[in-house]
Amino acid sequence: MDKLKSFTSSSLFLPIVALAVLLIFNGIFVEGFFDIQITEDGRLFGRVIDILTRSSSLVILSLGMTLVIATSGIDISVGAVVAISAAVVCTLIGGRGDGAAETPMALAMLASVGIGILCGIWNGILVAKFKIQAVVATLILMTAGRGIAQLLTEGQIVTVYYKPFASIAGVIPGMPLPTNVFIALAMVLLVVFVMKKTSIGLFIQSVGINPTAAKYVGINVTLVLFLVYAFSGFCAGVTGLIESSLIKAADANNAGLNMEMDAILAVALGGTLLSGGKFYLGGSVIGAVTIQTLTTTLYALGVSADQLPVVKAIAVIAICLIQSKKARDLFDKWKSGRSAKAVTADAKAVNKA
Amino acid sequence: MAAALLEMRHIDKVFPGVKALSNVDFTLHAGEIHSLMGENGAGKSTLVKVLTGVYPKDGGTIHLNGKEIYPKTPKEAQEEGISTVYQEVNLCPNLTVAENIFIGREPRRFGFIDWKEVNRRSIELLKKLDVDIDVSKTLDNYPVAIQQMVAIARAVDVDAKILILDEPTSSLNEVETERLFRIVRQLQKQGMGIIFISHFLEQIYELCDHITILRNGELVGSYEVAKLPRLELIAKMVGKNLNDVKDMDKMAEKSVPSDEVFIETNHAASTGQIKDVSLQIHKGEVIGLAGLLGSGRTETAEMMFGLKEVTGGSLKINGKEEKLSNPMAAMKEKIAFCPEDRKLSGIIGDLTVRENIILALQAMDGMFTHIPYSKQVELADKFIDKLRIKVSDRDQLIKNLSGGNQQKVIIARWLATQPRFLILDEPTRGIDVGTKTEIQKMAVELAKNEGMSVAFISSEMDEMVRTCSKLVVMRDRKKVAELTGDQISSEGVMEAIAGGEK
Amino acid sequence: MKKKISELIASKYFSFFVTVILFAILYGVGIGMYKGFMKPQVFLNLFIDNAALIIVTIGITFTLLIGGIDLSVGAVLALTCMVLAWLLANTGISVFAAIALVLLMGTAFGAIQGYLIAKFDLQPFIITLAGMLFCRGMTAVISRETINITNPTFVAMADFRLSVGAGFVSMGVIIAIIALIVAAVVLGFTRFGRNIYALGGSESSASLMGLPVFKTKVSVYTISGFCSALGGIAYALMMLTGYNLHGMGMEMDAIASSVIGGTLLTGGVGFIPGALFGVLIQGVILTFISFQGTLSAWWTKIVVGALLCVFIIMQAFITEHKSKLTAKSSLEENS
Ligand SMILES: Nc1ncnc2c1ncn2[C@@H]1O[C@H](COP(=O)(O)OP(=O)(O)OP(=O)(O)O)[C@@H](O)[C@H]1O
Ligand SMILES: [Mg+2]
Repeated sequence: MDKLKSFTSSSLFLPIVALAVLLIFNGIFVEGFFDIQITEDGRLFGRVIDILTRSSSLVILSLGMTLVIATSGIDISVGAVVAISAAVVCTLIGGRGDGAAETPMALAMLASVGIGILCGIWNGILVAKFKIQAVVATLILMTAGRGIAQLLTEGQIVTVYYKPFASIAGVIPGMPLPTNVFIALAMVLLVVFVMKKTSIGLFIQSVGINPTAAKYVGINVTLVLFLVYAFSGFCAGVTGLIESSLIKAADANNAGLNMEMDAILAVALGGTLLSGGKFYLGGSVIGAVTIQTLTTTLYALGVSADQLPVVKAIAVIAICLIQSKKARDLFDKWKSGRSAKAVTADAKAVNKA
Repeated sequence: MAAALLEMRHIDKVFPGVKALSNVDFTLHAGEIHSLMGENGAGKSTLVKVLTGVYPKDGGTIHLNGKEIYPKTPKEAQEEGISTVYQEVNLCPNLTVAENIFIGREPRRFGFIDWKEVNRRSIELLKKLDVDIDVSKTLDNYPVAIQQMVAIARAVDVDAKILILDEPTSSLNEVETERLFRIVRQLQKQGMGIIFISHFLEQIYELCDHITILRNGELVGSYEVAKLPRLELIAKMVGKNLNDVKDMDKMAEKSVPSDEVFIETNHAASTGQIKDVSLQIHKGEVIGLAGLLGSGRTETAEMMFGLKEVTGGSLKINGKEEKLSNPMAAMKEKIAFCPEDRKLSGIIGDLTVRENIILALQAMDGMFTHIPYSKQVELADKFIDKLRIKVSDRDQLIKNLSGGNQQKVIIARWLATQPRFLILDEPTRGIDVGTKTEIQKMAVELAKNEGMSVAFISSEMDEMVRTCSKLVVMRDRKKVAELTGDQISSEGVMEAIAGGEK
Repeated sequence: MKKKISELIASKYFSFFVTVILFAILYGVGIGMYKGFMKPQVFLNLFIDNAALIIVTIGITFTLLIGGIDLSVGAVLALTCMVLAWLLANTGISVFAAIALVLLMGTAFGAIQGYLIAKFDLQPFIITLAGMLFCRGMTAVISRETINITNPTFVAMADFRLSVGAGFVSMGVIIAIIALIVAAVVLGFTRFGRNIYALGGSESSASLMGLPVFKTKVSVYTISGFCSALGGIAYALMMLTGYNLHGMGMEMDAIASSVIGGTLLTGGVGFIPGALFGVLIQGVILTFISFQGTLSAWWTKIVVGALLCVFIIMQAFITEHKSKLTAKSSLEENS
């Protein structure tokens, strides 16, 4: 009983409930939603697996975004950084028709993740050193970033024919799941490990809650901010790899488009306040999966691409309302008010009799 | 006696984990100044907040002039005629002083705010409190004391039946306090009922007619001031018998500093902040920094903690010249600093008490290490016990503690780093009588038993005189005198502040 | 003189002055580089091209001032254009009824968002993001194709030109100027306006001071909704179409303009004339690009980003040194 209570009051409870409701809804209305098949070479197939695979990019982005938001910042450049990273890896490997790589793939991957980190560092400098408001600071890269990506690809869509490249977001033979699921899992574990073994998390929260007080206890606020944005850039770099591998090409206009908004949404659905402070990595991961589930569900139900945002918006507001403490309080009050009325009505009835 | 103006009966208030008020009765008559007393965390502010609709009550009734009222927001309470100055200054830093006084009830002409009138009336109003400042500057330009005066000006200007002042004098000096009292007495004559909360016993005895005492959220009793001697009041507040209380107030013997100097400054200056300060702080010495507000006391302390750059003169630690470029550099030299503005630069509100206590130690250990959880718990519990911090559990959020207990957590945070030089800037502001002497004793004992150097900054002269073995007096951002031994007395300090250089 | 300067630096309009001066410098550089910048009409075109953005920025500034945000503005603008075009194409109602209807729609939409945010303590970023998705979606649901506006009255309004000095302005500019004045007066001289600042300064203080927090919050989002719809009309006057992708990303432009003009995203600080100059600065940057004329699409994005960056860093640099400047000058005053 105690266990149950501690679970219901835990920060993860509501995000999990929201996801569970969505899954149950799917289970009832979408035929064969929970079916998972295994192919002969040990691969797993099914809608749930599909959701897991597709949400991996968003999971990775939301990790970085969570930490940035915890410092009471925001990073709206991640979508553009995804495009840059995708452009770097594709142009380095090159679009040679004979399927050869111009640069070794490992090197190209390193370079594209490196560029991601560099972009993050740039944001970090603007926010931490120049003390520019985060939205504006990251707006610069959001505006210029796609331009840089297009510059790299010279406005073309660079298609990569080098076979191994597809395996970043595809299945390596013998593995049960696509590689990007493992990448996302590894990133999550990495972050959780770092948060457990160091006090970075505590410092991030302190900076997000009260930067002046954080400075007074000797926390290097500048460094904390800097690291957080660099990490967000790193996450965007990795996502760029996955996204480009998924379509085996770099599309500077569309890679990572609007992903910053989805990532922020994932963080918020996970229970982290956008005003900073306490953060919930687990919540963000669940939030990311929830968003992907929602999209998949709506497509499965035959909602057209035009209507999709409309339904998504309503679902997001519904999820927020379920999670809102104030809404629950008001609901409780209304309920108790009603039962009180019922009691008085009963009493009256008794009196009359 | 006339019918009561305000009657609160059987008030209950529960916060998660704390019963802040249980079955509390409170009665206020018109034309009465009524004090609410109790230790830190006794529930005084909570009672005020329940009355003014900040918190919903969990039980009980409130009658105003015989009519039951249910204020659900401060706005509704104001409309019922209850005007309040809350404990933490609650104004908007981004608005001008004049606006802070008049917002929500600005004088208008043709439907538009008449700014000239707003400014004129604010100047007039502040003049009554003898505050002469530029009211068209934003509030964040002014120190806490002025902000408090502004909050008071706002509250006394409205036509109210009840005026509530929750620790309005915590950062005022004697002169300012006197002016406030003058106005409060005027309002009393006009038939207003006034609730006055303060930890300064002298002020209570000077101003109030009646005292209601709370302890642990319960009502101890309500008394006429004339019939309640001080010691009895203290005994009732802390819940001990008279004899125990008598010893409590005795001060420990002052510490005798060793010959070794820990930190010294030589004509140190900091652009725009400090002009010329030379002082030596010995090991095992409690040094006091005295002076009026804005005299450079806090800035001197901040300079020794690496928050203000030394731009002229020098600063030596253990005989070696040091450049303290940030707080961490000072912390590495085992210097600790409890800042004056607890809310702004002390507490990290949404972290737990435990996290707040270990934070400085963790910062010293570095970002990439981690104090094991069991060690954190041990440290937190040790200090909660040692400083008698009143918490429901160590993982309570610090922002939900009463003011005094927040202060203790900040002190604990720095003691956990085992410093050799501890700077306490206004450590007893808003602290109850018992704890106040505890903190003073602690400062002296740390110096005596552990050879720690302590710098003590306070606006209360008594406290400095009792605690410090040396007093450095500052004026206009310069050191103007240094008092030791028998020279240390309130008069000595006053003379130094007022008179020329010695 | 020295005292004047130090007062100016300490004043709350400091970042506004910085913006204006930087705008003047930018424009001066433009004149130096391209003769065309000298023409008065180039200056007036800044207003004509950005009338809709100015109106939308006013609305978003209200929400930023209370420490909130409204991401739905661009989408509401698009929806307004679309509904207006659809009404004029498919029903017989008069132009003015149609305009009133879409204004009402935008206002009501803003009010709903505000109610959700204030009543249930929801995060404005998320609610208005959902609002953005909703309106974009609805726009596409009405029509995925462009709907042209051919109503003669409306076209006449779009063709209207008011001559000012050596140039002219459009109907949209007139609407924008009126909106600017009304907004500046409301924020500066009414209780409601000041409550907005108080709320942005500290919500808990505002509540303890007995200000109407709930009402103010809802009103602010309602105003933002209204401004987005009004901006939509200005936009429709310029484009004479309803289209799904109208005003794409406009929310970010509006936020950037407001912030460049001195608004703090944490709330409580901001100034309507500042927001105007924020828009103008972005306009000048685009004018530069169009005078240059040879830049490829991607270089345009990079240059816009770079100029934005130069501007923002300069502003940050000056503000950063502000404290030092004030400290110095006050010390000089003392001694
Ligand atoms: N918002 C809150 N949430 C949880 N607990 C609270 C909250 N506010 C106050 N408390 C608890 O209620 C108790 C009474 O606090 P209160 O602030 O009324 O004390 P006080 O008598 O005013 O003390 P002080 O003299 O330090 O101001 C304390 O134990 C405090 O921790
Ligand atoms: Mg209190």
